[in-house]
Amino acid sequence: MSTATARQAKPATMAQALQRAMRDAMAEDPAVHVMGEDVGTLGGVFRVTDGLAKEFGEDRCTDTPLAEAGILGTAVGMAMYGLRPVVEMQFDAFAYPAFEQLISHVSRMRNRTRGAMPLPITVRVPYGGGIGGVEHHSDSSEAYYMATPGLHVVTPATVEDAYGLLREAIASDDPVVFLEPKRLYWSKADWSPDAPAAVAPIGRAVVRRTGRSATLITYGPSVPVCMEAADAAEAEGWDLEVVDLRSLVPFDDETVCASVRRTGRAVVVHESTGFGGPGGEIAARVTERCFHHLEAPVLRVAGFDIPYPPPMLERHHLPGVDRVLDAVARLQWEAES
Amino acid sequence: MTVQERPGAAYRPTPPPAWKPRTDPAPLLPDPEPYRVLGTDAAAGADPELLLRLYAELVRGRRYNAQATALTKQGRLAVYPSSTGQEACEVAAALALEQRDWLFPSYRDTLAAVARGLDPVQALTLLRGDWHTGYDPHEHRIAPLSTPLATQLPHAVGLAHAAHLKGDDVVALAMVGDGGTSEGDFHEALNFAAVWRAPVVFLVQNNGFAISVPLSKQTAAPSLAHKAVGYGMPGRLVDGNDAAAVHEVLGEAVARARRGGGPTLVEAITYRIDAHTNADDATRYRGDSEVEAWREHDPIRLLETELTGRGLLDEDAVRAAAEAAEAMAARLRERMNADPVLNPMDLFEHVYAEQTGQLREQAAQLRAELDAESGEGAHGAEGDAR
Repeated sequence: MSTATARQAKPATMAQALQRAMRDAMAEDPAVHVMGEDVGTLGGVFRVTDGLAKEFGEDRCTDTPLAEAGILGTAVGMAMYGLRPVVEMQFDAFAYPAFEQLISHVSRMRNRTRGAMPLPITVRVPYGGGIGGVEHHSDSSEAYYMATPGLHVVTPATVEDAYGLLREAIASDDPVVFLEPKRLYWSKADWSPDAPAAVAPIGRAVVRRTGRSATLITYGPSVPVCMEAADAAEAEGWDLEVVDLRSLVPFDDETVCASVRRTGRAVVVHESTGFGGPGGEIAARVTERCFHHLEAPVLRVAGFDIPYPPPMLERHHLPGVDRVLDAVARLQWEAES
Repeated sequence: MTVQERPGAAYRPTPPPAWKPRTDPAPLLPDPEPYRVLGTDAAAGADPELLLRLYAELVRGRRYNAQATALTKQGRLAVYPSSTGQEACEVAAALALEQRDWLFPSYRDTLAAVARGLDPVQALTLLRGDWHTGYDPHEHRIAPLSTPLATQLPHAVGLAHAAHLKGDDVVALAMVGDGGTSEGDFHEALNFAAVWRAPVVFLVQNNGFAISVPLSKQTAAPSLAHKAVGYGMPGRLVDGNDAAAVHEVLGEAVARARRGGGPTLVEAITYRIDAHTNADDATRYRGDSEVEAWREHDPIRLLETELTGRGLLDEDAVRAAAEAAEAMAARLRERMNADPVLNPMDLFEHVYAEQTGQLREQAAQLRAELDAESGEGAHGAEGDAR
């Protein structure tokens, strides 16, 4: 980042960067419409849409009836007519009533019509735990979305990516499930939306930290955990590389496999359940492509295979630094066997 | 502690703020009897040209249903949900719209799409199995035939709303069956439409059964049109076999939507003469006498009687309509009997605007498999020698 840009940069939260992304997209393109429950007057329960209704009017930033299938279903019709709806699902588990619209229509309308009817819809889903939410407010639902062809699935971990990825998602002619790690909403960075490197293309992972001993493959809310684990692992003599996927679909095999081939060891880290979760797919892909480079099996550090726990117990469920470091220790495969 | 000392003793309950209903529901309620035109005094006001056009379309539609059903027996269609007996709804739906309007059909509404001008073969690709939607929805302003029930209704609302926001004079007509009214998307679509005052018309074709489940097990409402009241939109009941009545009621609803009056829910009482699809055995859930009673109330016969009685239709005109329908069926048969040319590589097109790396790899795999197959075809069972 140049000195000039650094001077413009000010502390901003991820929520503010997301809001700015929608504001800039709406200002540039009158087809962009924000809609959802509470997104207007209130500015969203996380204030991510704060000020949009005031600036662009209620027709562009619309408080809808409380009905997720209706929100996404009407967005389909709006997209059919040339608009670019950005819908908010408020909380991860609140999105489930909209699943049929997502799976039966949003994901496959382009395919069904041989490209005649693409649906440029962005579905914003605040997801994941760690904020002390009660039941149905902390699910990691990414595996459901990943299993549906036709959807892009992305999740930012930094303030910069929150802006850049959301701009990309809104500009995409395909539907994008945009997973917002809600416990990072208030994470801050010195940031300016004018910074030239602000936009990250969908489908590209990024190496957040270079290292030689092993690769931590992660995304969204687990990225800061892995960064902290990598710092802590230095004391143990482990030089960890951290790959932030940013995009789960499409999956960046190239960046991930290049890293694993360099380090020879990998741990996939995420909050979602391990069984049937994203980590299984990622571990399989890495194993298929990098088998001869691997010094140890690809390990997974995931949430337990349980319904999301009540808030007073969630710290035991969420993969933390210690659990990541334990897995890293287990990567010394030869020593154990 | 005495009563006087009790905290809050001076509190006197106030009445709650006045409650009043948001609108007078009376105009929203449907009339107790389905609206009819044919065979009533109202028929005198019907436009003869319109009636003749409806007649020709009904006859063509009936023949289309018969031909498509025959094509299932020949294995040319995987399945066909016939709308025999419901042609009046299908045709009137299509003819109630202007070219700029949009139709959102369910899987049974192939005929409405054809009556709107869609190529009969293109309308059948979903059921033939060569592709899901054989036409460009924007070209004909016909959304893809929707297989999941009622999920196309919120699409119609969203499209109508978007058109309205853009200042375009466009109405959306969304079709659904009686079973579809039990789905959550039906509720959400009607609620959104009413709150947004979207220019959309919902047409429920109540044909008596959701596959085998009769209306009495589907709803406890006095009529499906009554449901409109709860959303704050007018509900209208119409004889779904009376093409003139359906056209008039839908025409009014479309006109109301067009002038900014918001959505209408129309329930057309009709009957599915054929089984749910060719794969269904309707004798398991309904008796012959019921079907026969509805055959007496056939939409084509109703219109024929009216037109003949008014001297608008003679034997020659009847024969001409039948011959035109027969010619359509012959053309359809001929075109459907030609094997569609399919390109398996199309599987990977149109999943995303740009193919992902994963799909490129899989496309290469299929390409190799196809090359191997064609190699086998040219050189015998070469693959076995490996």
